[in-house]
Amino acid sequence: MPKYIVTIGLEVHAQLKTQSKMFCPCPVEYGSEPNTHTCPTCLGLPGALPVLNEGAIEKTVLTGLMLGCTTPPLVKWDRKNYFYPDMPKNYQITQFDLPLCIGGGVPLYDLAYPKDVQKNIPNPGKVVKLTRIHLEEDVAKSTHHDKFTTIDFNRAGTPLMEIVSDPDIDSAEEAFAYLSSLRQILVYGGVSDADMEKGQMRCDVNISLRPEGQTELGSKIELKNLNSIAAVRRAIHFETARQTEALDRGEVLLQSTRRWDDDRGETTLMRSKEDAHDYRYFPDPDLLPLHTADILARVSPSLPELPHQKRARFTNDYGCSAYDADVLASEQSLAAYYEAAVAAQPTVAPKKLANWVLNDLLGALNDASLTITDCPLPATALAQLVAIVESGKISGSQGKEVFAAMLATPGTDPEAIIKEKGFEQVSDTGALEAMVDEILAANPDKVAEVKSGNEKAMNWFTGQLMKASKGKANPKILSDLLRSKLL
Amino acid sequence: MSLTTLSLTELRQKLTTKEISAADLVRDVASSIEARNPVLGAYLTWDLDAALKEAESADLTQPLGGLPIAIKDNINVEGQPCTCGSKILAENYTAPYTATAIQNLRQAGAIPFGRLNMDEFAMGSSTENSALGVTRNPAALDRIPGGSSGGSASSVAGSIALAALGSDTGGSIRQPAALCGCVGMKPTYGRVSRFGLIAFASSLDQIGPITRSVADAALLTNHLCGFDPRDSTSLKESVPDFTAVLGRDIKGLRIGLPKEYFIDGLHPDVEASVRKGIAKLEALGAHIEEISLPHTEAGVATYYVLAPAEASANLARFDGVRYGHRSSSASDLMEHYLKSRSEGFGPEVKRRILLGTYVLSSGYYDAYYLQAQKARTLIRDDFTKAFEKVDVIVSPTSPTPAHKLGELTGDPLQAYLEDVFTIPANLAGLPAISVPCGTIAHEGANLPVGLQFITKALDEATLFQAAHAFEVG
Ligand SMILES: [Zn+2]
Repeated sequence: MPKYIVTIGLEVHAQLKTQSKMFCPCPVEYGSEPNTHTCPTCLGLPGALPVLNEGAIEKTVLTGLMLGCTTPPLVKWDRKNYFYPDMPKNYQITQFDLPLCIGGGVPLYDLAYPKDVQKNIPNPGKVVKLTRIHLEEDVAKSTHHDKFTTIDFNRAGTPLMEIVSDPDIDSAEEAFAYLSSLRQILVYGGVSDADMEKGQMRCDVNISLRPEGQTELGSKIELKNLNSIAAVRRAIHFETARQTEALDRGEVLLQSTRRWDDDRGETTLMRSKEDAHDYRYFPDPDLLPLHTADILARVSPSLPELPHQKRARFTNDYGCSAYDADVLASEQSLAAYYEAAVAAQPTVAPKKLANWVLNDLLGALNDASLTITDCPLPATALAQLVAIVESGKISGSQGKEVFAAMLATPGTDPEAIIKEKGFEQVSDTGALEAMVDEILAANPDKVAEVKSGNEKAMNWFTGQLMKASKGKANPKILSDLLRSKLL
Repeated sequence: MSLTTLSLTELRQKLTTKEISAADLVRDVASSIEARNPVLGAYLTWDLDAALKEAESADLTQPLGGLPIAIKDNINVEGQPCTCGSKILAENYTAPYTATAIQNLRQAGAIPFGRLNMDEFAMGSSTENSALGVTRNPAALDRIPGGSSGGSASSVAGSIALAALGSDTGGSIRQPAALCGCVGMKPTYGRVSRFGLIAFASSLDQIGPITRSVADAALLTNHLCGFDPRDSTSLKESVPDFTAVLGRDIKGLRIGLPKEYFIDGLHPDVEASVRKGIAKLEALGAHIEEISLPHTEAGVATYYVLAPAEASANLARFDGVRYGHRSSSASDLMEHYLKSRSEGFGPEVKRRILLGTYVLSSGYYDAYYLQAQKARTLIRDDFTKAFEKVDVIVSPTSPTPAHKLGELTGDPLQAYLEDVFTIPANLAGLPAISVPCGTIAHEGANLPVGLQFITKALDEATLFQAAHAFEVG
């Protein structure tokens, strides 16, 4: 049996986070009473006209900048004609041949791959090439009842960004990583919340198989109804196996659209190529072509640092390990928390702060089912605690106790907790020196041992002194004192 | 004597001196409608109570204060029907919002009163394509009033409206005005907001006035125009007072006669009337010269590709899902669409939807739609060149006088050619006006002829100046 090469392209629709709809002033709000956010324009009433939402255009241009796309100097709006009850005008305003963004790519982050393949990524550092990104209006939401269908037009006309990749994805795992990385970036830019499970991001998969050695791509099969990133992975696995078997049997695959059933774990035929629509695109005469120079100039300064750029900075400037940097940069709010901590205590090694954030803080938040955005402990407070531990004033394990207390009673000063718990280390050199002198005088045999080169005897002194001070002696000062007197 | 024969300026005089009240005027118009509309068929509906209520609170200090204005039935006025002359909207559509042009008129004190018949969805030039009734030409009752704003022209010429709004996509204001013997004006594309005007062909449609005098048209145009943030194609241009130029002479005005407009299909009596009108312009001191608009011949074909293409999408929303006619016998979604639309639309609308769908179809788009866009650019360029040499272009409005009712209904192609002189101004987005230019004795009737004036974009002032000088000269 021949081996097959899998080629995958993704079409992703992302809901933009704008105040108002794409072509009318109605608010974008989900979960409201049906048909409460509508007007003549988004209901497609006769005579009503669309007016562009500049905010949506800015967010799309920003997405293009984040993904390295080019924005042509002139873009336009087209009508895509087809009849469906959830589309009030029976045409959709979209962009056909002059979209807002062209080219660019989505970098696949290591941590964006499924956990089980993170250790064995076939093409680390891969950037999936994009074809284009355009802006269009979303349709209404139909709900099918027993004998009738109801339509909620609250979603009709909300801005939707379509991100189309080249057929540049080689596996289900890369598709998974593509969607997770893309989501990270969209969230970073404040462009979309991009949660597939909430329908904020939707994805259609185009997949084709061809025998090894053949350059021409196989028949394109489109997969629809994919409602999570994991479902996309499952559907591609199923479809790869299905097409492989079919080709092995000598079947000829025809271009078609198939529907993924996540419960049954299989795809079924929706329509074949013969049923394909002729959408009769033409320029929307209600909307003038748009010059993009001003928008680009306005948006460029707000281009955020992206996850991979942050990660590079965290390893280079802060000495974080690659893994730590990856995790810290994976979420903008986590990165911001970490950077606030670093900024608050410039004398503390950033790597130490990374350890506290990743191990102690994230662990504690996870146990409490909290995210970094609702973390009760301000970054400055955590940094203050880490600085105290690093100065040697309290021990590491005492630090963890103080940390737990700070989390339990947000807003408490770490110093106050240290005092209350009596963790304060004795750093008064005079008092410690008196203790040292006392114990040296009382144990001349041990002094002799040390002087004869037995380092273990030195540790015995340290132990005794810590015991005498009930653990409060500053171990560093103690050790310095001992050394100066004995060696 | 009925007040409805007076000019808007005269009526404003009577209103401000309290000789009459706004309610008197509304009632007077209503009684003339009741008397004459059964014959003319210009109005489809009129809501006297609503108009009287508006009259009560009319602000007479405003420039149009207290004047009832009749509205073509494709412009939304909240609470009123808006049928577009179609069965598909006649059953159960009441406008839930108000067009910007109407808001502007109300702002100026006017009272929108009465809904005027039209060719279905403004597709036609005889008003015979209305699904809702026959409208007659007051000059000869067995003849068409022109169209698509036939109700507007018939009501104004027949003195059962003081003035009316129409819409002009390929001549739908100017041609009926010419055929009925009144004034019809299409402003520059983008001057008047289209928000609330039910679209036929969005890149061509423009609202304008139909009146009995150029002065009335100028007065109404003053209050129709203006930038509207709800219409992306609306122009951010200041609007001068168009009545200020009325009475200025036209000595030295350069007038161009496009040689392509004086052609074989032009009725000889219409041509004679128009030539007489041109002689009058010359006598008034205008400088007349022949010009060329070489791509005129492509105008009709270009229009009948672009307008149906846009219409095929614009009219897709009439599907019986949210409003409008819904077939009662459909058993599934596809049948619902097919039956609702088949039952709701008339033959001309179906013809143009099919035509528009065809020219946008994959494999034909380049040959038809794209080619037509290129031709449109050439036609626009023709005008730009011409206006380097002349200030105004003058031509017949329609190649023929009003036909008899039913005469052309079986011959859509011949009917399409009736628009040959009016279409180019729409394709180029230019302002144009039709002014009465005598009558011709034809088959026992005296039929009005219209003279068309066209200027460059945004130069309505010169248009009104020339038209007014001609009208009073
Ligand atoms: Zn809306």
